[in-house]
Amino acid sequence: MDSIARLFKKIGTLLRRERFNSELEEEMSFHREQKEKDLCEAGVAPAAAHRAVAREFGNPTRLKEQSYEVMGMRFETVWQDLHFAIRQLRRSPGFTLTAVLMLALGIGASVAIFAFVDAALIKPLPYQDPTRLADVAERGRLWPRSNLSYQDYVDWKKMNKVFSALEAYTGGGYLMKTAAGVEPVTAARVTAGFFRVLGVRPELGRDFYDGEDQPSGGDTVILTYQSWQERFGGRKDIVGQTVNLDGVPNTIVGVLPASFHFAPRGKAEFWVTLQKLNNCEKRRSCHNMFGVGRLKDGVSMQAALVDMTAVAKQLEIQYPGSNRDQGASVKPLYEQLVGDIRPILLVLLGGAVLLLVIACVNVSSLLLVRSESRKREIAVRGALGASRSRLVRQFVTESLVLVVMGGLLGLLFAEVSMQGLSRLMSKDMLASMPYLAGIALNHRVALFAVAVCVLAAGLFALTPILRVPLTTLREGLTDGGRGTAGTLWRRFGANLVVVELAVAVVLLVGAGLLGKSFYKLLHVDLAFQPDHLATMQVALPQTTYPKEPQLIAIQRKLLDRIRSLPGVQSASVTSVFPVSGNGNTDWIRIVGKPYNGEHNEVNQREVSSDYFTTLHAKLERGRFFTDDEDASKPKVVIVNKAFVRQYFPGEDPIGRVMGDGDLTAKSLRQIIAVVDDIKESSLDVDTWPAEYTPMNQGPDNYFGLVVRTSQAEGAMLPVLRATVQQVDPGIGVFDEQTQLQRINESQTAYLHRSSAWLVGGFAAMALLLGVVGLYGVIAYSVSQRTREIGVRMALGAQQSSVYRMILKEAGWLTGVGILAGLICSIAVTTLMRKLLFGIHSWDVSTLAAVAIVLGGSALLASYFPARRAASVNPVEALRAE
Amino acid sequence: MPKKSDLMPGTLDMMILKTLTRGPQHGYGIASSIKRASDDVLTVEEGSLYPALQRLLLQSWVKAEWRSTETNRRARFYTLTAAGRKQLGLEHSRFEEMIAAIGRVMQDA
Repeated sequence: MDSIARLFKKIGTLLRRERFNSELEEEMSFHREQKEKDLCEAGVAPAAAHRAVAREFGNPTRLKEQSYEVMGMRFETVWQDLHFAIRQLRRSPGFTLTAVLMLALGIGASVAIFAFVDAALIKPLPYQDPTRLADVAERGRLWPRSNLSYQDYVDWKKMNKVFSALEAYTGGGYLMKTAAGVEPVTAARVTAGFFRVLGVRPELGRDFYDGEDQPSGGDTVILTYQSWQERFGGRKDIVGQTVNLDGVPNTIVGVLPASFHFAPRGKAEFWVTLQKLNNCEKRRSCHNMFGVGRLKDGVSMQAALVDMTAVAKQLEIQYPGSNRDQGASVKPLYEQLVGDIRPILLVLLGGAVLLLVIACVNVSSLLLVRSESRKREIAVRGALGASRSRLVRQFVTESLVLVVMGGLLGLLFAEVSMQGLSRLMSKDMLASMPYLAGIALNHRVALFAVAVCVLAAGLFALTPILRVPLTTLREGLTDGGRGTAGTLWRRFGANLVVVELAVAVVLLVGAGLLGKSFYKLLHVDLAFQPDHLATMQVALPQTTYPKEPQLIAIQRKLLDRIRSLPGVQSASVTSVFPVSGNGNTDWIRIVGKPYNGEHNEVNQREVSSDYFTTLHAKLERGRFFTDDEDASKPKVVIVNKAFVRQYFPGEDPIGRVMGDGDLTAKSLRQIIAVVDDIKESSLDVDTWPAEYTPMNQGPDNYFGLVVRTSQAEGAMLPVLRATVQQVDPGIGVFDEQTQLQRINESQTAYLHRSSAWLVGGFAAMALLLGVVGLYGVIAYSVSQRTREIGVRMALGAQQSSVYRMILKEAGWLTGVGILAGLICSIAVTTLMRKLLFGIHSWDVSTLAAVAIVLGGSALLASYFPARRAASVNPVEALRAE
Repeated sequence: MPKKSDLMPGTLDMMILKTLTRGPQHGYGIASSIKRASDDVLTVEEGSLYPALQRLLLQSWVKAEWRSTETNRRARFYTLTAAGRKQLGLEHSRFEEMIAAIGRVMQDA
């Protein structure tokens, strides 16, 4: 109640400000008169009494202001301050523009990166209670997290005591019949309760019902929102329609909400149940799924892991052949979804924040220079009755205006760069990180931007306040305190520049290390020639090519056609393209070697006879496959050098025989050759031992086509597609890329490239800002010391000694900055070890290069002020004062 | 001579309220009353007096109206309100507690 009454009183005062002032005026003059009268009565001369009263009364304007401050509203004076601040800033457009641009740069960069951090790491996943969801997988000897066998999953679901629901998913692909022919589409195959465990409800139609994933369940499919919109035009009557997948009509029963995404199956458009198990899913030793579990109330991740490990142990005892060494992996689902990108985003955010720090430091040092040149103004305003708090408020207002302008421009800049950065991501990248599609200036990002602005404004307000002394009003008026104040500022400003240079060093070292890692990554020894290779995935319809003979025949036909094309040197097929990553493994046992049931995991690739010659991969020993090596011939295998190193150290592997764990007769193969370690793994990982088997001894409906061309390989892709579909329009062709694209656009390369470029950009800006800051400090110092330099020269100092004096000052600052920066960067870069490839975080050549680049730029930046100092005319310098 | 900043916080407001218990008074009158009553020890500076009066007005502890003085001069007279009287009692007892507490501290043990 009271506060409301007070507010009304205040508003009343505001509305009748004139009257308030005149009344106060009258009251005070009455006071003065009375006092004067009393003094006169006491015998003081009238003139002396008048003076005494006036002195005692002090500054009437200030007095009125004090009274008004009690009664008045803050915003009125705030408005005055604002008005004055804008006028001040407009009077020095150079300063304003520089400061606003620097701030916009710093704020924009950090807000844009934060938006990515928010989208990936902060924004909750679009599932119900996502922190209670666990990624459930098996754990092999080589894999901390490996695929889950369907048979194991069924047992895990039954035996576990920690999950209220445990569901599983795997990928899939179909040839969808369209009006134009067939089109390969990406699908995901899931257990019936998959969407329920996530807490996702279809927007249209229904979810899979319990048991729909059993053989008795029908052929049903749920569409993603995007697929519903793009393929079916968002038709409302879509539920109940059928879609022909691999020649089988599937009933569409539901459509997922637009917000739904599931990164591990980001590309999947069609979601079907695991109603038809494939060969792999019928075998316990074949692993192709992952699980998602919802923790029961009160159960922790660790407890779940302990329970699942116990369950896995039990299965290991029960099924020693397939489950040896197969443990369990349970971790938070969000960690699985965003784990890869987290260190990169955090490094980028760190870089952006450092850039922001430099920008802020630069702006505050500009403000310092300004406050120095405004000392007189401040002194005059103080003498005219401005209270200290009012002066301080003026500075706060000015910095707020700067920050608001910089912040708004920064937000614009952030929005533009966010758009740009997300456009830079390929469609595949976006599919594997679908949460980044939701990147936007939402309330969390806005909050971050506001927090950054408030911090910056506080910093800027603080710097000149430190320079508004209470006691030196008179000094400021007489302009006499220049010498001491100049020194003080030089010391403070100099410290800021050291900080700036040190931060620039950290960013430059970071960028240098990331750039070098990226270079090393792209120059990893692939053991094949990646240029002039055109690649694409081919899907043969099961209905037309059901058995091995037809598959072999069509593959031969396709390869023959392609080989006869002009510009094609050779053509081959493989089950997995090189540089796709370790995986698609086989467990082997070598005849004549001790074996205790351990899982010897090796990459397995099925390739056609001229695969190695197409890749230009080096044959170490033995012979390549021949085209007629099919099921009728003895089974053969080619291994890589890593295989020999691990399983035949110091032995000749040629002629040796290997097979599966039980050495079943049909699994036995004879090693006929050793090839170079073709990079099968992703670029930043070592290639595992690998076995290559003839495609014709185990053909598949899905395979990759690898063609070596003599002309530009990219231009050949459409020709190859047309050729394949000429042979049979029912064959699906997709994922057409050159091998170089596959490498350059792989997630590893993308992440390394984007972080190198972004941190490099930050570093370049930091270098620029740091050097400009140094220039400012030295130039200011020279301008303050013009008189001193003049005296020195008048007394006979040589130009060279003036040069030396100025460059020594700059060199000292730069040296300290670089040294501090190098020490900091060794500490900081150890934090980004995960992102480095092939180099240490203390890579000496990078550190040295950064020191030289920064030292050189700093020398250049201080050369100009030094030259100005050396060309000072002593007579003028002395007269100017 | 103690200045405003040497007074204990809140004591100026209390003394103004106390002065006004003896009847309505203008600003100069309040200042001279306090000076007189304290045997010239306390001088209320104008820079403190008028903001303090505005503060009291804002809290509705005093009322202000323009009246003529004995010398027929227009002046703003301040009057204590009921709320002001209550506030004075409150502040007075708090002040005495404080003085007593300080006295106990300063006593020779």
